[in-house]
Amino acid sequence: MFRRWFKSGDPWIWLIGGAVSISVIMVVGLLLLIGVRGLGHFWQPALVETTVTLPDASERVILGTVRTIETVSAQAVRESGVTVPPEQNFVERYLFKLGNRDLTGQDFEWFIADHLSDFRYPNNAIQLQRREWGDFFGYLEAVTENGQIVADGEKAFEELSVRLARSNEIMREIHEIERYQIGEINKAIEQQRLERRRIELSSDLTESEKTIRYAEIEEMVEALNADYQVLFESLKEVRKRSERDALVATTSSGRQVTIPLANVVRATRANTMGASDKFAEYGSRLWEFLSEYPREANTEGGILPAIFGTVMMVIIMSIVVTPFGVLAAIYLREYAHQGPVTRMVRISVNNLAGVPSIVFGVFGLGFFVYFLGGNLDRWFYPEALPAPTFGSPGLIWASLTLALLTLPVVIVSTEEGLTRIPKAMREGSLALGATKSETLWKVIVPVSTPAMMTGLILAVARAAGEVAPLMLVGVVKLAPNLPVDGEFPFIHLERRIMHLGFHIYDVGFQSPNVEAGRPLVYATALILVLLILLLNLSAIAIRNRLRERYKSDSD
Amino acid sequence: MVTTAGYGVIVSLALIFIFLFVEIVPLLRGATLGEPVAYTLIDSQADPNRQSAPSTLYLASERYQEAAVQFLSDGTVTFFVPTTGQVLDYQKIHTADANIRSFGHGEPRTRMAVAGLSDGRMVIMQHHYEITYPNDTRQVTPSLIFPMGEEPLILDPQGEALQHIAIQEGERGITVVAVTADGRMLLKRFVARRSFLTGLTEYRATDAVLPAPPNTVSKLLLDITQENLLVVDKNNGMHYYDISIPQQAERLDSTALVRPQKARAGVQVTAVEYLLGTVSVIVGRSDGSLTQYMLVRDEDNIGRIEPIREFETHPAAITHIFPEFSRKGFVVGDRAGHVGIHFATSTKTLLIDSVLDGSIEQVSVTPRNDGLLYTDTSGELQYRSLKNAHPESSLKSLWQKVWYEGRGAPEYVWQSSSATDEFEPKFSLMPLTLGTLKAALYAMLFAMPLAICGAVYTAYFMHPTIRGWVKPAIEVMEALPTVILGFLAGLWFAPFVESHLPAVFSILIVLPVMMLLAAFAWRFVPAGVRHHVPAGWEAVILVPVIIGATWTCVSLSPVVEVAFFNGSMRQWFTDVGVTYDQRNALVVGIAMGFAVIPTIFSIAEDAVFNVPKHLTQGSLALGATPWQTMMGVVLLTASPGIFSALMIGFGRAVGETMIVLMATGNSPVMNFNIFEGMRTLSANIAVEMPEAAVGGTHYRLLFLAALVLFGFTFLLNTVAEVVRQRLRTRYSSL
Repeated sequence: MFRRWFKSGDPWIWLIGGAVSISVIMVVGLLLLIGVRGLGHFWQPALVETTVTLPDASERVILGTVRTIETVSAQAVRESGVTVPPEQNFVERYLFKLGNRDLTGQDFEWFIADHLSDFRYPNNAIQLQRREWGDFFGYLEAVTENGQIVADGEKAFEELSVRLARSNEIMREIHEIERYQIGEINKAIEQQRLERRRIELSSDLTESEKTIRYAEIEEMVEALNADYQVLFESLKEVRKRSERDALVATTSSGRQVTIPLANVVRATRANTMGASDKFAEYGSRLWEFLSEYPREANTEGGILPAIFGTVMMVIIMSIVVTPFGVLAAIYLREYAHQGPVTRMVRISVNNLAGVPSIVFGVFGLGFFVYFLGGNLDRWFYPEALPAPTFGSPGLIWASLTLALLTLPVVIVSTEEGLTRIPKAMREGSLALGATKSETLWKVIVPVSTPAMMTGLILAVARAAGEVAPLMLVGVVKLAPNLPVDGEFPFIHLERRIMHLGFHIYDVGFQSPNVEAGRPLVYATALILVLLILLLNLSAIAIRNRLRERYKSDSD
Repeated sequence: MVTTAGYGVIVSLALIFIFLFVEIVPLLRGATLGEPVAYTLIDSQADPNRQSAPSTLYLASERYQEAAVQFLSDGTVTFFVPTTGQVLDYQKIHTADANIRSFGHGEPRTRMAVAGLSDGRMVIMQHHYEITYPNDTRQVTPSLIFPMGEEPLILDPQGEALQHIAIQEGERGITVVAVTADGRMLLKRFVARRSFLTGLTEYRATDAVLPAPPNTVSKLLLDITQENLLVVDKNNGMHYYDISIPQQAERLDSTALVRPQKARAGVQVTAVEYLLGTVSVIVGRSDGSLTQYMLVRDEDNIGRIEPIREFETHPAAITHIFPEFSRKGFVVGDRAGHVGIHFATSTKTLLIDSVLDGSIEQVSVTPRNDGLLYTDTSGELQYRSLKNAHPESSLKSLWQKVWYEGRGAPEYVWQSSSATDEFEPKFSLMPLTLGTLKAALYAMLFAMPLAICGAVYTAYFMHPTIRGWVKPAIEVMEALPTVILGFLAGLWFAPFVESHLPAVFSILIVLPVMMLLAAFAWRFVPAGVRHHVPAGWEAVILVPVIIGATWTCVSLSPVVEVAFFNGSMRQWFTDVGVTYDQRNALVVGIAMGFAVIPTIFSIAEDAVFNVPKHLTQGSLALGATPWQTMMGVVLLTASPGIFSALMIGFGRAVGETMIVLMATGNSPVMNFNIFEGMRTLSANIAVEMPEAAVGGTHYRLLFLAALVLFGFTFLLNTVAEVVRQRLRTRYSSL
């Protein structure tokens, strides 16, 4: 029976069917993995208190959150220097996030389940997200104002929430002054320096004219410096206000610490939170993630600049690639005689699609950044040299490089759309006396707009996920300024940008504290995947609708 | 306008190619010399008491070519502007009543020199350049300083003339070695110590008598570690002395620098000099040949003098060799008036040019390799500007084994930078190319069966409804950014694989077996149920089977490890001698395979789906089973399409950057071990490009790496596209 079955070829059909199943399971599994881990990042876990008893009978109380639980073979644990009874084959171990990096030097620690006592969930345990040194875990004792205790015991946490809101408000004010107002003055002083250099380089002005101009500049700088002094004073005053409150807490090892509220971003008393509180907290954290700047070498805080940078880059890229790609596709399908030239164009398109993205990066760096950018600097910004303006990686070069990279996507997709337009439509137009170009621009191009949209969306999806070339031509670990702000000329094409994909690489692999940054990497990956999925699925939907429409038209 | 856009595509592609090519062209160029500037340094020649013209002992220049120094055998030291010959300063070394018998100089960067006198004394000097910026313009003030005092120091207490002398300054202080007229070899070492009280550097001198060399010495070579001494004798022998403890110095090795039959023909060693870093020496002979020798450690860790490479032979006897200041190159002068510029690592001859009619006595290159100074026996100096930007790489050094300094044998190594100045950059593209192929190979091993089988099934057997779901899923798979795949591979999958190794291998066997069992079991499912499920739903039925089997394998993995591998399969690998890296080719293969599957899948599926229906229907009508039709008709017809799918998939795997960057250790290894990592061309570019100095050799080599990638994928894609275009015409004619 077996032999007959095998002869029929049936088992082989099942086997190759399995290949499809495996591929699909892998895709879905991967998306689920990113989804679960990414969304989990914002959930407030319970604060666990437990007593660790090591084999040498030393005891210690720890407080933190459980990051992972895994079962490993005892041998592997023994190799890492932990004593495990010889008869034991498997070990269950917990990875705890203990925080308090400033006190103990490490945030994460593995514990063997057998060494842990029952878990306790104390109500006064708090978790603090801080501006420096990562999270703090401990028990809230009191809230102080100028060193005087204003609330302790049960009331402490409520008082803390109120004062934390005030302190965060002040911190925002400080940020406002430091970043925008003082930043503006610095920018203006730099402008004056450049102006001076411009005058120095200029050959139209006589020496005496130059001296007059120098004096003017000198005056301006004086005035700006005076402004700066005023701001600096007010900054000092605000700083002083921010130092008013502090909280007193004890750590699990019994050490008492005072933490100024200025250093605290967020305080949670996880074990007293109900489900609705937790969801509110979840929403607030998710919003913070999407709308804030990163903190602590990118391992905490939000990813706003990365989202913004990605979007800006993609928009500028679209402006460049769409006309170029669409026209090239029209040329291939409508204009050119099908012959050796179109064959060559087609081969070029396919090759462009197949050229490794890093090669585009190398080309972009050499050609756009150093050649084009370097020359732009020499012609238009000689006063800033040797500091490069356009001659260093930046938004515009990243966009242009990616435009080149995504060109084939737009061409192929538009061409496919043009192919699908029924012959009847074209012939009808011609029969009504329209010229060839009228037919093209008035009938065919409008009808194939959805196809062009598809191409553009796919190009955007591709560009949003591409990282390798960007590492050479424009992304940066941490951009101090967004590429768009209130300053003339509003869009700063020469600025470096942050990028979601690069953020993942950077935090996941280049950051000093990979374990702490890991949840954030998953969350960032989730955002990126969602963005790309959304783009792709909408492209697929548009295309399918298009196919259906012309299927019925041509019937 | 439309036509412009069409041609624009070709232009863009061509621009990329041309630009990459233009960037690497300078790598292929040799060195070029400018027009000569000839002059005699009048001051030094004006001495009326002089009987015969003194010979030039040493020429060296300062970094910015604003000053150079000439040492003459009568003790005259002249500072001058090398580009014009204008004399800046002039002085005579204090030699009391004695005269200069020998002269030695340290590595050019140290600017140390020593003169050995006829009364057993010596003068240690350093030519020094003070750089100041009055009024924002650079001003170089040369001077001769005497670290041990201007008065000669006694080296040989017996007062014999110092026939040969060598000096070297290093971390240990200053060491001088000399050979006296009666054949004794003496060493004096000045150990530097910083005084706590005054903050000044004090020197403490120690003396030692070294074992006398077996023959008449012609040259002494002392290295910067001051542990190794090479002695060349008049019989063309070279002797290696270990002088790390001068009192216990001994000769460890000797070798002949001229082969016996050549020696019989009268060939002699005429010039010997250390290269930068004093690890290897260049030997020039009377027949114009040049060879590089180096101390290679043998099994007992004793240095042996070994010849490691030959350079292009000059037309006449070599008279002088001068090393470059910052690279492993050297310039050579010969008796017929040629200068040559060679590079050690790449064995490249950058230039051999006739510059003088007579013999060249001394030749020197400026610290930034932008000027050449040389002199003949008449005392006339000549200066030429020099362009020699990229000598470090040659086709041979890029693609063949190279014997690097400090290594035991020729090797393929990529190591582009290091902390020390005397580092020899190792630019071999072989480990990177091999790494690229290794990564692509494992990716294809994983992707090929899954993608092709999947494509065939989806196009030919699958139910249209499911097909409508599977195709978007595969498109989503294609759209997933590689940075996400790479990050998951590196941070999640690699540790997972490491702790679940048995699962990985068992899945490979268990999955197909389970799928077949499920298929077999399906036959025994009641017909009522079976008929509810239309044909082409096999893949869906298999989903729970696959998930179940995988889950079982993973959860049984620790049990298997405990039962068969002593608790840890990873440790077991190490015990049986297999290197295991956490981020290895297996992880990369699977992650990159995942990225390549959709590419292959889409094109192959297209090829299979577009096989004309009348062919398959004809086959089925003739009584062939669907499987037979598949194998005999469909696959055969679609095979060129599948081939081009594989080509394009391979091209994508070759060029993929982020996955490799994150999921391997990026160490350039030369093997195909699945449990070790690799460094690919693309990842190497991504890592090193931001750090490479613009316009430097390293920068251009990275462009070359990009060009190699471009060329390779261009080839693959063009072949694939041509095959597909042919296939399209064939389908339409069927």
